[in-house]
Amino acid sequence: MRTLAGVEDEEKWLAEGIAGIQHNAFFMHRALDANNLREVLKYSALMLSELRTSKLSPQKYYDLYMRAFDQLRQLEIFFKDESRHGLPVVDLYELVQHAGNILPRMYLLCTVGSVYIKSKQAPSKDVLKDLVEMCRGVQHPIRGLFLRSYLAQVSRDKLPEIGSDYEGDANTVIDAVEFVLQNFTEMNKLWVRIQHQGPGTVREKQEKERNELRDLVGKNLHVLGQIEGVDLEMYKETVLPRVLEQVVNCKDKLAQYYLMECIIQVFPDEYHLQTLEALLAACTQLMPTVDTKIVLTQLMDRLSNYAASSPDVLHEFLQVEAFAKLSNAIGKVIDTQLEMPIVGAMTLFVSLLTFTLRVHPDRLDYVDQVLGACVVKLSSVPKLEDARAMKQVVALLSAPLEKYSDIVTALTLSNYPRVMDHLDDGTNKVMAMLIIQSIMKNDSCISTADKVEVLFELIKGLIKDLDGTNVEELDEEDFQEEQNSVARLIHMLDNEEPEEMLKIIYVVRKHLMTGGPQRLPFTVPPLVFSAVRLVRQLEAQGGDIAGEDVPATLRKIFQILNQTIEALSSVPCPELALRLYLQCAEAASDCDLEPVAYEFFTQAFILYEEEIADSKAQVTAIHLIVGTLQRINVFGVENRDTLTHKATGYSARLLKKPDQCRAVYACSHLFWVDDPEGIKDGERRALRIANAAQQMVNATRGSSGPVTLFVEILNKYLYFFEKGNPHITPSDIQSLIELINTEMLSDNGNTTIHSDPFFSSTLRYIRFQKQKGGLMGEKYDLIKL
Amino acid sequence: MNFLLGAFKPACNISITFTDGKNRKQVPIKKDNGQIVMNPLFQSQETIAGKIHIDPYQGKKVEHNGVKVELLGQIEMYFDRGNFYDFTSLVRELDVPGEIYERKTYPFEFSSVEMPYETYNGVNVRLKYVLKVTVTRGYAGSIVEYQDFVVRNYVPPPPINNSIKMEVGIEDCLHIEFEYNKSKYHLKDVILGKIYFLLVRIKIKNMDLEIRRRESTGAGANTHVETETLAKFELMDGAPVRGESIPVRVFLSPYDLTPTHTNINNKFSVKYYLNLVLVDEEDRRYFKQQEITLYRLKEEAS
Repeated sequence: MRTLAGVEDEEKWLAEGIAGIQHNAFFMHRALDANNLREVLKYSALMLSELRTSKLSPQKYYDLYMRAFDQLRQLEIFFKDESRHGLPVVDLYELVQHAGNILPRMYLLCTVGSVYIKSKQAPSKDVLKDLVEMCRGVQHPIRGLFLRSYLAQVSRDKLPEIGSDYEGDANTVIDAVEFVLQNFTEMNKLWVRIQHQGPGTVREKQEKERNELRDLVGKNLHVLGQIEGVDLEMYKETVLPRVLEQVVNCKDKLAQYYLMECIIQVFPDEYHLQTLEALLAACTQLMPTVDTKIVLTQLMDRLSNYAASSPDVLHEFLQVEAFAKLSNAIGKVIDTQLEMPIVGAMTLFVSLLTFTLRVHPDRLDYVDQVLGACVVKLSSVPKLEDARAMKQVVALLSAPLEKYSDIVTALTLSNYPRVMDHLDDGTNKVMAMLIIQSIMKNDSCISTADKVEVLFELIKGLIKDLDGTNVEELDEEDFQEEQNSVARLIHMLDNEEPEEMLKIIYVVRKHLMTGGPQRLPFTVPPLVFSAVRLVRQLEAQGGDIAGEDVPATLRKIFQILNQTIEALSSVPCPELALRLYLQCAEAASDCDLEPVAYEFFTQAFILYEEEIADSKAQVTAIHLIVGTLQRINVFGVENRDTLTHKATGYSARLLKKPDQCRAVYACSHLFWVDDPEGIKDGERRALRIANAAQQMVNATRGSSGPVTLFVEILNKYLYFFEKGNPHITPSDIQSLIELINTEMLSDNGNTTIHSDPFFSSTLRYIRFQKQKGGLMGEKYDLIKL
Repeated sequence: MNFLLGAFKPACNISITFTDGKNRKQVPIKKDNGQIVMNPLFQSQETIAGKIHIDPYQGKKVEHNGVKVELLGQIEMYFDRGNFYDFTSLVRELDVPGEIYERKTYPFEFSSVEMPYETYNGVNVRLKYVLKVTVTRGYAGSIVEYQDFVVRNYVPPPPINNSIKMEVGIEDCLHIEFEYNKSKYHLKDVILGKIYFLLVRIKIKNMDLEIRRRESTGAGANTHVETETLAKFELMDGAPVRGESIPVRVFLSPYDLTPTHTNINNKFSVKYYLNLVLVDEEDRRYFKQQEITLYRLKEEAS
């Protein structure tokens, strides 16, 4: 009936109810003033009859109830004072029960009952028991709830709890607990019953109304939590089993959820810990529609916080095998609640993991166990597609990373990669990035091949294309960032022990090679450099490792390097490969491995010839080659000749004349190494090449900037001159200067701006050297400007 | 006219007092005209004694053929109003014929009077006790004075007093089991019990316990039955579910009850019933009636 009526009507009814209460309260007060008991009872009963309405929603009913409640306080004061009504409280207790209507009767009885207890003329437990029993007569859910709530309220300060006035003799805290438990049970039943009333169409509204009433029920649990003297024993033996029994048996999702939440919140942590089994057993028995995961999550959060609060309590956790129990319970919940979405299960695992990490940070096997359970669950469902579930899995995987700042710990978890397998590619990458970032942040060094193996297994989403990935969809920037991270990661893989390091390199290489052309340019260089570093380390130690002689090991490394770099050819990325070859060559040279170095150079040259077509790239390449070659001193004459000639040859064949020129004069250095023991056999050749360069400049005449080239050549001349190349004579220099001067004059029209200062500063240098005197000064003296 | 008036005026004033009238308990009795008067209370086997004063009016003499006092137990049926059936009649002659000139006092005593029935004021029947003083005169009619008194009989608690326990129901609709702690209650007793719901398929609005009085008068074809509901006591508000057990606690003292009377002198019976009534949301009533026996327990105070 109520549900059909509008809000307006409800307002009207409430107003009528309030008016009725006020009206009768007025007469009640008059009777109170006159100390007329009979009239007082009559009008108070009439007043309370207003509460018999069925027309109000819980909220409005509450309003009405509160008004009556205030009046009942006055009444209680009157009842308390025997001199005013002249009746012993025990008689009063009977008298109010004469009221014909049950609701007013019960309100009056509760009011007198509270006075009765206070008078201590009867054992409080008996009165309480009687009241809670008699309240059964009100079976209407809302009216019953409010009545029992009234009973709870008036009796709250009269429970025979420890330390209270009403405790002692036959009244013990057990009675207090019994009373509250019973009232709770009845209230919960009433509360649950609301849903069974009225047609199904108003279900939603009922849910809302029920929610508004839930605190009336929950309050009992608060009281239970506050009763002094409920020790662990009693909680374990009486309170919890009874409450749980009610929770489980009521078979109502709203109630079960709310009450479990209440239980977890109102009772102390240590009680939870000691009664974990019962609590968890109850969780597994809840209705399938109850969001058990939130309940369990809250429980675990509380326990985790408790564990974190003080290290002293940790042993309690061990004692009760908290982990095993929680783990079991979660397993059961997940197994039984088939409809629970995967995200729910994952949330549970996250909580459990958080708990484990907090409580048992030393028990990696627990962590692994959680992950294992997670794997099982994930395997049972088709591909994970729920984004929220994915998020939970990421959280699950991140937790150990955060806890164990040392990534190495996480790597020992065998189930970790198996969980990662269930992520989709995108998330997998995100996770892999997280792992790498964690490593970077903590600056942790992965130092064994096994761990490296595991690590790469974890981040394989970044290392290689997974099946079904559409490469084109990848965001270029993201991809680069990912690969840069991988590159950075490679540098974190380090071990002082060369042998182990070698293994690491093997492992890394194995994985990186699967990366495909897109990744190799990013990942190969760090690997190469890492290997080169090892080479240099070996070289520096000069010792051998594990019985093998150094050169053999080195050769092996170089072989790997060679193969690694070769892989880049598939990309193709010749410039990079070339650089790496040159790096390796240099490293080989430092190790006195001439053939190896030669091999690398050969590779570099082949690349140059076959792959590098772009003229600009060629120029750069030539300069790199020359630069490297110049520094390498391991080659015998023959090899060296071959290489230098080849290099010079390349230089001469560059497309643009200025490039040719520059390359060629650079090559001149190959023949003149400024080193006491260096190769000076090519001194003449150096000059010749310089001359060749000069000729090339001539050839460029007409195009822009030959003068600059001349000046540059002049500088080279001066260099060799200073270094004492006997084939560079002051006259050569002088003639070149003159040539430049002429060129500049003739070229007056389009003298390039920058060649001028370059030239003048060169001249200034010569003058300076002259003035400085000394050995160099004498030499320069011969040059006439 | 004056002498005429004087002629119809009773020639004397008669009053009756009981020996222990000051201490004797008085109980209220509702008279025909609705007035409530206090009458002395007796029980069976008590000696009813006192004095009768006859006080002639100033300057008059009362000539009489004798003075007597009667103790009458009468049953009056309302359909036969005015006709009393005396089930008890005791007479004491107080005076031989003669004349009374001045106030005269006669002591009387009915010792250990058998008064098996209680005073009862019902819907269709009344049982009352009365002392009737008659100054018999040959002419102008006799002078009569009445004094009512109340009889209540107390009985010890019955040796056997079983509880009432019963399962009732409507198939597939409602099954309840109720239990009242006794079948015999004294008038200040309290009914304790519980109603246990075994099956509830109807939407119950509330449940009341009624105390009903069934008064049957006459006999045979003339039997007249009148039923009154003396108390309506709400036991439950709202609809219970299966397994609920609702406590019953009804104090009888507030209600105007009498003991159960069975076949009083073949004239009438008064029986009491507990009627358990369940009302559903469509205001249909489901009820079960159980007879209880009421008796008057000797009150400790008196």
